[in-house]
Amino acid sequence: MLLITCPWCGPRDESEFSYGGEADIVRPPEPEAIDDAAWADYVFMRTNTRGLHREQWVHAHGCRRWFKAERDTVTYDIRATWPMNEEAP
Amino acid sequence: MKARLPTGGRIDRDQPLQFRFNGQALTGFAGDTLASALLANGIHLVNRSVKLHRPRGIIGRGPEEPNALLQLGEGATALADQRATQVVLRDGMQARSINGYPSLKFDLMAIFDRAAKLLPAGFYYKTFMGPTGWWEQYEKIIRPASGMGRVPDGPDPDRYEKRDLHCPVVVVGGGPAGVMATLVLARAGVPVTLAHEQSQFGGGWLASRSSIDGAPAQDWLEAAIVELSQLEHVTLLPATTVFGHYDQHFLGAVERVSEIRPNAPLRERFWKIRCQHLILAAGAIERSIAFANNDRPGVMTASAVHEYIERYAVLPGRQAVVFTNNDAAYATAHSLHRAGAQVEIVDSRAQSGEQAQLARQAGMAVHINTQVSNTQGRLRVRSVELRHADQRCERLPCDLLAVSGGWNPSVHLHSHARGSLQWDDALASFIPQQDLAGVESIGAMAGVFDPNAALAGACEAAQRAATALGYATDATRAPVINPAEPGPTGLQALWRVAGRGPAFVDMQNDVKASDIELALREGYRSIEHVKRYSVLGFGTDQGKLGNILGLGIVSELVGMTPAQVGTTTYRPAWTPVTFGALVGTETGALFDPIRYTPMHDWHVARGAVFEDVGQWKRARYYPRAGEDMDAAVARECLATRDGVGVLDYSTLGKIDIQGPDAVTLLERVMVNNWQKLGIGRCRYGLMLDENGMVLDDGVTARLGDQHYLMSTSTGGAARVMAWLEQWLQTEWPDLDVRLTSATDQYATISLAGPLSRALMTDLGTDIDLSASAFPFMSLQTGTVAGVAARVQRVSFTGELGFEITVSADYGAHLWEQIFLRESAYAITPYGTEAMHVMRAEKGFIIVGQDTDGSISPLDLGMAGMVSARKDCLGKRSLMRSELQRDDRPQWVGLKPKAADAVIAEGAQIIATATPQGETPMHGWVTSSYFAPRLGYSFALGFVNAGRTRHGETLYAWDLDAGVIELEVTDPIQYDIEGARQNVE
Ligand SMILES: [Zn+2]
Repeated sequence: MLLITCPWCGPRDESEFSYGGEADIVRPPEPEAIDDAAWADYVFMRTNTRGLHREQWVHAHGCRRWFKAERDTVTYDIRATWPMNEEAP
Repeated sequence: MKARLPTGGRIDRDQPLQFRFNGQALTGFAGDTLASALLANGIHLVNRSVKLHRPRGIIGRGPEEPNALLQLGEGATALADQRATQVVLRDGMQARSINGYPSLKFDLMAIFDRAAKLLPAGFYYKTFMGPTGWWEQYEKIIRPASGMGRVPDGPDPDRYEKRDLHCPVVVVGGGPAGVMATLVLARAGVPVTLAHEQSQFGGGWLASRSSIDGAPAQDWLEAAIVELSQLEHVTLLPATTVFGHYDQHFLGAVERVSEIRPNAPLRERFWKIRCQHLILAAGAIERSIAFANNDRPGVMTASAVHEYIERYAVLPGRQAVVFTNNDAAYATAHSLHRAGAQVEIVDSRAQSGEQAQLARQAGMAVHINTQVSNTQGRLRVRSVELRHADQRCERLPCDLLAVSGGWNPSVHLHSHARGSLQWDDALASFIPQQDLAGVESIGAMAGVFDPNAALAGACEAAQRAATALGYATDATRAPVINPAEPGPTGLQALWRVAGRGPAFVDMQNDVKASDIELALREGYRSIEHVKRYSVLGFGTDQGKLGNILGLGIVSELVGMTPAQVGTTTYRPAWTPVTFGALVGTETGALFDPIRYTPMHDWHVARGAVFEDVGQWKRARYYPRAGEDMDAAVARECLATRDGVGVLDYSTLGKIDIQGPDAVTLLERVMVNNWQKLGIGRCRYGLMLDENGMVLDDGVTARLGDQHYLMSTSTGGAARVMAWLEQWLQTEWPDLDVRLTSATDQYATISLAGPLSRALMTDLGTDIDLSASAFPFMSLQTGTVAGVAARVQRVSFTGELGFEITVSADYGAHLWEQIFLRESAYAITPYGTEAMHVMRAEKGFIIVGQDTDGSISPLDLGMAGMVSARKDCLGKRSLMRSELQRDDRPQWVGLKPKAADAVIAEGAQIIATATPQGETPMHGWVTSSYFAPRLGYSFALGFVNAGRTRHGETLYAWDLDAGVIELEVTDPIQYDIEGARQNVE
């Protein structure tokens, strides 16, 4: 069980959070302007990174706020967490 | 207690404890384990082995014990497979063997042993692979024969709790090294927690004659514990097993509270421990050697024999043979000798060393360059066969064989967190590579068996941890020990001795050296595969005795070094964990929150039958005397359609949406248009995921200029709320809109049926109920029966309907006001079942029952709802060719030809009345009822290209009912034009 630092509430147990997948996946602004392959890439394809991975979490059983995290998928170390609208520290 | 020594040991001879083993009354002392007390009474034979039913005795002294797994107690508090070596003896304890019928000494199943050659590894897989279904029959015979313990016969009445602990440094293992490290940290002021598996700290020193300044070394250790217990920043957790080491220095531990305080209100406490720095001092476990019949009762590890003598004052045998390949077992020989046993030492090593010389000086016979090749005896070892270097054999009578094949550091807690292991040639075993940041292994666990070196290493590790945390360490130095027992020095690896007879590697699973040979012959090479094929190490002991031995045997057979063969990954748990401890208090009523509506008590008083919908308790139907569910539901449906029915709809999910961009949010998450919805109007909406599949549905009302109230399905409220929040926060932070869950704040009562308007009038309301002022799909606010209310004219039954929403505090009051008029209007309360039937007659979907995450609005025939004017979540996915295919499953009605044949929900739709072999599936059934108003049974579901197949005859099939002939129809069967809900 990980200890995750919510940017607003501080370090909390993983059981308070929900995982939201890879971060920085931008929804295509005009979905109908792109072909099926490009749309499928957005809907389904993720990087499956080995090593440092930018991802989204939500403090579901706390402040209910979403934030970004950089986590090492090998060691599970969480390098940093930061609010959605800020640059990675 | 015929094997109890008159003096010595750490037992309290003034506190005798009575206990029973297989019904026999026995006595032990406080300080005993169940194992030491049994041995004190001369009992070695405690069990029959799991597969071959061979007689087995106590072999070990701790968590490694594979044989002495006993059943403790009776009834609901019964404990299965308890390692007698770790069970603290209690007065009145009742222990039983697990295998052995009719008795332990005469086991009918021992026939399996005679047939052992017919039962090699993989026997069950190969023999019982087929034909299909036969395994279930074999299993009925095989399972009882391979019994482990019996489970308790009722819910666990004991109490448990969970606690979190955050501590900068945690030390696991309260032997000398662990205590030394804790002392250094504590004196430096570092907050530190010391967890130890046993209730008494000391580890190996509890059985050692080593001294410090002329006093027993254990005295020094006990003084250290006293000092530590007085420090506020030190947490001592005796009788606490750290069973798992997870990411980020997170530990799971179970404290056996009742082991230290038998009358404590708590049996066990589950600790979730987080630390910055972890020091592991888990010790080491002695291993055996694979020789023929090495499993007879009376064959034990040398360290176990040593500990039973020195710590428990029990002499496990009077005529002992000690078989070793290293120096450590000589300590056992001396203990036996001092206790008055006759001792012969069999040393497999080629040369006579200093220890052999000392033993001879003490008067013991030492056979150098000699191996034990076999043993004899039925229920207890009676003699051993020696094979000398010149192949000459001789037989030595004995009643005890103490074996040391070397020592395995208990690397598990390092390995759990994916720490690497390295082969240590001197030990012929694995030690941790110190490759985990913030984690250090010390003492015997790190392969350091010399006590002075272990303590020095412990001090250094503690100082490193303190420094890393910014503490200055003081001048604490390790004391100088005068060691009394040799360590496993001079080891010459010996895995296997040739001989006739089964040589056991893993006794809990009856895995023999020949089974490993067989696995290799059958082509398995990876140690992981060999283990799985032979089930080596797959018992509850996880191969603490056998794994490295098995690895050594494999390496010899394939001609590689053990390091090349590789090791397996150790996984939690170190020893089995009580389920109750993991559950803690989260059981029974505290397992999951239960949500009740404000009108719940009324439903209970009316005899409602409830169903769980998410966490909600919802009234399913209200049976009258003599009614079954079908009769009650039929009555509720007809009464609603003919008069007025009342439903408690408070569980409906409600999300309050406010802000200038509220309508933009609705536009983006729903398939249909919201721009033109006027204030005071409501609209049915459908939500998709980005894959184009239906996520939820419900009616959303516009309450004000920038104010909407979205209703969701009962079970979907939290999911939809989280879904909207995710999009707002991660993708559309520019939208100025706020969401508030309002489900619990309101009570909603749904009136349905032709008399609902008259009832509304009679209740007293300032709302104009005329169709022109209050049309279908609109809302009004005002008072109803004197209560401020919001009323929506909507319908899920197809009848004229009003949904009255009031503050939750007024829910029960309004409900009672309605039922004051019960007889005047023949008001009928109806439950979720009648609601489901009536909506099915109307062909409405229930998300989660009729949809399953693979159904798009096109499949549902709702393509017309999807706005062409704008984009929304999931819309682009609908354009994919796969979703545009016209042979996809489509939403249809399914009408059995026999009016009373109710199809099972989940039944398959096929095109033949006589299915044989592989039959193509044409669809499936999602909802099915007898529809009282229609007068026939009716189902809803999906059929491939179903919209073009109305009128076609197909068949529903399920395992119980077989084939039911049906006609594909329109999903809407009742009031297709909607005249009844749109009534003037
Ligand atoms: Zn938070």
